[in-house]
Amino acid sequence: MGSYVPGTLQERQEMLKAIGMESEEQLYADVPAQMLLTEPLNIPSGMSELEVRSRMEALAAENKVYKTVLRGAGAYDHYIPSIVKYVPNKEEFLTAYTPYQAEMSQGILQSIFEYQTMICQLTGMDVSNASVYDGATAAAEAAAMCRDRKRSVTLISAAAHPDVINTVRTYCYGANAELRIVPCKDGKTDPDALKEMLTPDVASMILQQPNFFGQLEDARAVGEAVHAAKAAFILSCDPLSLAILPTPKELGADVMVGEGQCLGLPIAWGGPYLGIMAATSKMMRKLPGRIVGETRDDAGNKAYVLSLQAREQHIRREKASSNICSNEALCALTAGLYMAAMGPEGMKEAARQTTAKAHYLQAELCRLEGVSLKYAGPFYQEFVTVLPRRDAVLAALDEAGILGGLPLGEDEVLWCATEKNTRAELDRAVSIVKEVLAK
Amino acid sequence: MKLIFEKSVPGRHSSLLPPCDVPAFELPESRQEPLELPELCENDVSRHYTQLCQRVHGVNCGFYPLGSCTMKYNPRIDEEAAALPGFTNIHPLAPKASVKGSLEVLELAAKYLCEISGMDGMTFQPAAGAHGEFTGVLLIKQYHDARGDKARTKIIVPDSAHGTNPATAAMCGYDVVNVASAPDGCVDLEALKAALGPDTAGLMLTNPNTVGLFDKNILEITRLVHEAGGLCYYDGANLNAVMGHVRPGNMGFDCIHMNLHKTFATPHGGGGPGAGVVGCKEFLKQFLPKSALMEDGKGIQVRGFAGNFLVVVRALAYLLTLGKEGVPEASTNAVLNANYLMEKIKGSFTPAFDRVCMHEFVLDLSEFKKETGVSALDVAKSLIDNGMHPPTMYFPLIVHEALMLEPTETESRETLDEAAAIFRKLYDLAHTDPDYMHHAPHHAQIGRPDEVAAARNPVVRWTKA
Repeated sequence: MGSYVPGTLQERQEMLKAIGMESEEQLYADVPAQMLLTEPLNIPSGMSELEVRSRMEALAAENKVYKTVLRGAGAYDHYIPSIVKYVPNKEEFLTAYTPYQAEMSQGILQSIFEYQTMICQLTGMDVSNASVYDGATAAAEAAAMCRDRKRSVTLISAAAHPDVINTVRTYCYGANAELRIVPCKDGKTDPDALKEMLTPDVASMILQQPNFFGQLEDARAVGEAVHAAKAAFILSCDPLSLAILPTPKELGADVMVGEGQCLGLPIAWGGPYLGIMAATSKMMRKLPGRIVGETRDDAGNKAYVLSLQAREQHIRREKASSNICSNEALCALTAGLYMAAMGPEGMKEAARQTTAKAHYLQAELCRLEGVSLKYAGPFYQEFVTVLPRRDAVLAALDEAGILGGLPLGEDEVLWCATEKNTRAELDRAVSIVKEVLAK
Repeated sequence: MKLIFEKSVPGRHSSLLPPCDVPAFELPESRQEPLELPELCENDVSRHYTQLCQRVHGVNCGFYPLGSCTMKYNPRIDEEAAALPGFTNIHPLAPKASVKGSLEVLELAAKYLCEISGMDGMTFQPAAGAHGEFTGVLLIKQYHDARGDKARTKIIVPDSAHGTNPATAAMCGYDVVNVASAPDGCVDLEALKAALGPDTAGLMLTNPNTVGLFDKNILEITRLVHEAGGLCYYDGANLNAVMGHVRPGNMGFDCIHMNLHKTFATPHGGGGPGAGVVGCKEFLKQFLPKSALMEDGKGIQVRGFAGNFLVVVRALAYLLTLGKEGVPEASTNAVLNANYLMEKIKGSFTPAFDRVCMHEFVLDLSEFKKETGVSALDVAKSLIDNGMHPPTMYFPLIVHEALMLEPTETESRETLDEAAAIFRKLYDLAHTDPDYMHHAPHHAQIGRPDEVAAARNPVVRWTKA
């Protein structure tokens, strides 16, 4: 069996003796005897490191790694630079706890301060927190930030990611607050329905840009309508797209949220990911979670600390703005590292190439007989097509090591491309689709 | 040290992407505000982060007895397992048939963790302990709602609890009833009885409790809550004391969260990601969260997809390593180490409860402070000068001038002896040069930061001069 206990049996005996005990059983003397387990746990015997390695490799080998991924829907297969994989494995970053002791944690604190700054630079917002769990919980926390006694209803577009809608609904259920879904029209949030739903009890409206179907919403107009009704505008964005698309600030958002996975994190079967939250300075003290601030130490030197803690659970207990304690600090460090490694031009290039590849794929697919674009509006990285013989097409792609788009409804597919996909890969995928359709 | 922005040189960059091999596409609208991210070459970036990491103390760098946080050694094999392409390169919405390995990881982890906790079902969605609490209390809420029992509006929390417990109850729409602890730090049965009633939705408790003592009355406590119609939630923060010895399920708890980033040795990453997996008894399984897209879920969902999967991979590697023998052995030695360290420190500082502790213990420095003027904070900051991460300070709230130490099972006797010697040295120093300790640390990255100024005039981002 494996063990990370350093003490030899003799040392343990000596330590027991030092605390006045004869046997290990005495350590559990406070536990009522009828509760103590009398049988060993029903789990396998421990293993050596070599055996564990083989076992984990065998498990990983049961997963299929696709050479080409044309599926997004909330998890995007972008290129991750080598340095972005390497740095977060440094044991200092990896094995530290939350930086409660600033005098010993300036490296973590500074990395978060830099992350917060880069998120502000990317989004145009005034202030960012140190992260929450993922994009879905970021949206749910943003809705909570905007509620008050008079206005407790949250609106969310039906074109938001289904997991995000479900998560926001769950957080609203917890808070005994109501969530109303604004319907779609032609793959986008229906502006007329929205106007009717913006009643005086509405606290906020959550819009996703680009939305679940890949469509770019008329976010500025939505924001104006929301503000006209004196509600808060929460915009959920793909952060990489903001290198080239209008920023949430430019679109009038009060709170920006987003899934930060596309900033250097692997798709990793859904996590760990990164919940991004940024806001206008007016909303700063309502933000949940950690925020790192700059200050001076007792000698007047610049220093970083966990700041504005009066919002948090360990001080405020049941009156805190959220219960969040642990967040996704290492993922935030990774995202900051990714943005620094890519630089402004690299970020723009990745976003531009992503757009170009997605449009190339769309154009090539839609040249095939029977394949048509479902929604006509502008898109960034994802689009929906009608696809005849859909399941046969996806199976043929799968066989060729290509993860095709996500099936939706009866005969639709939500496709995605990134800068990682080469023209040759895309052409190959299209030719496989063509072959199946020709059969 | 300089911020990364202060190292930026216009035009500097790394070459990461090839030229675009398809026609460019202009989107109808683009960003107007210039994108002012830092501009660096790869070597600049590498050196910057290396400098940053030299200003961080992790548990793999040195002793980290941060009470309640279970800072045990994070094994490297677990990291290698989590970095396998067969885990990292898997799309969460890939077809079920292509993710048999991922599904098996969850299945095995659920089986082992259910066995350890005495639960019947498990979800891996929660990303952290507090997130697990939120999920667990929502199980309780759904249970009462499904029975049409709308009168249950209160969650009982002991005054020794972590701040996340009352904050969670509030997020779940409950009023919080704080019950005072008995003088021995355990639940006061009379106070509990007085708080229970037809409006009780449940109780949130950790056992061993936050002063490191096993509550002997636990069966009576959970019986009383059940009798009143409430459910019992186990906060797994202190599970490292009892794994393989006692199951929360056998203590009468209905649901539980476990911190994989504490008890199961996954790294905490300077604040996350963790995993706060939630287990429950059979009758609550129907209320566990599901993903809308992965599982066509109709019930609750607390985040996207299936959870912090790579954290679960690490925890599984850890469980496979320890196995049925190693799991209880880890707990036994966590308890042994805590008692040994307490015994060694006892000659100088005073434990808040002078009896056999579980995996952690609390020092009460209130008398010491009266005597010397040196506070728990001063001692904590002085420990930094001695290369040791301070214990948890001023928690739990029921002990004044508290320092809470949790050495964990992965520390050697030499480390514990050394720590005890440092405590003794500081005890003596407080009697000879208290002023020196008021201004500690003296040899750290920074001196004591002005937190009041940071909150009053928040500077939470860099701006160009």
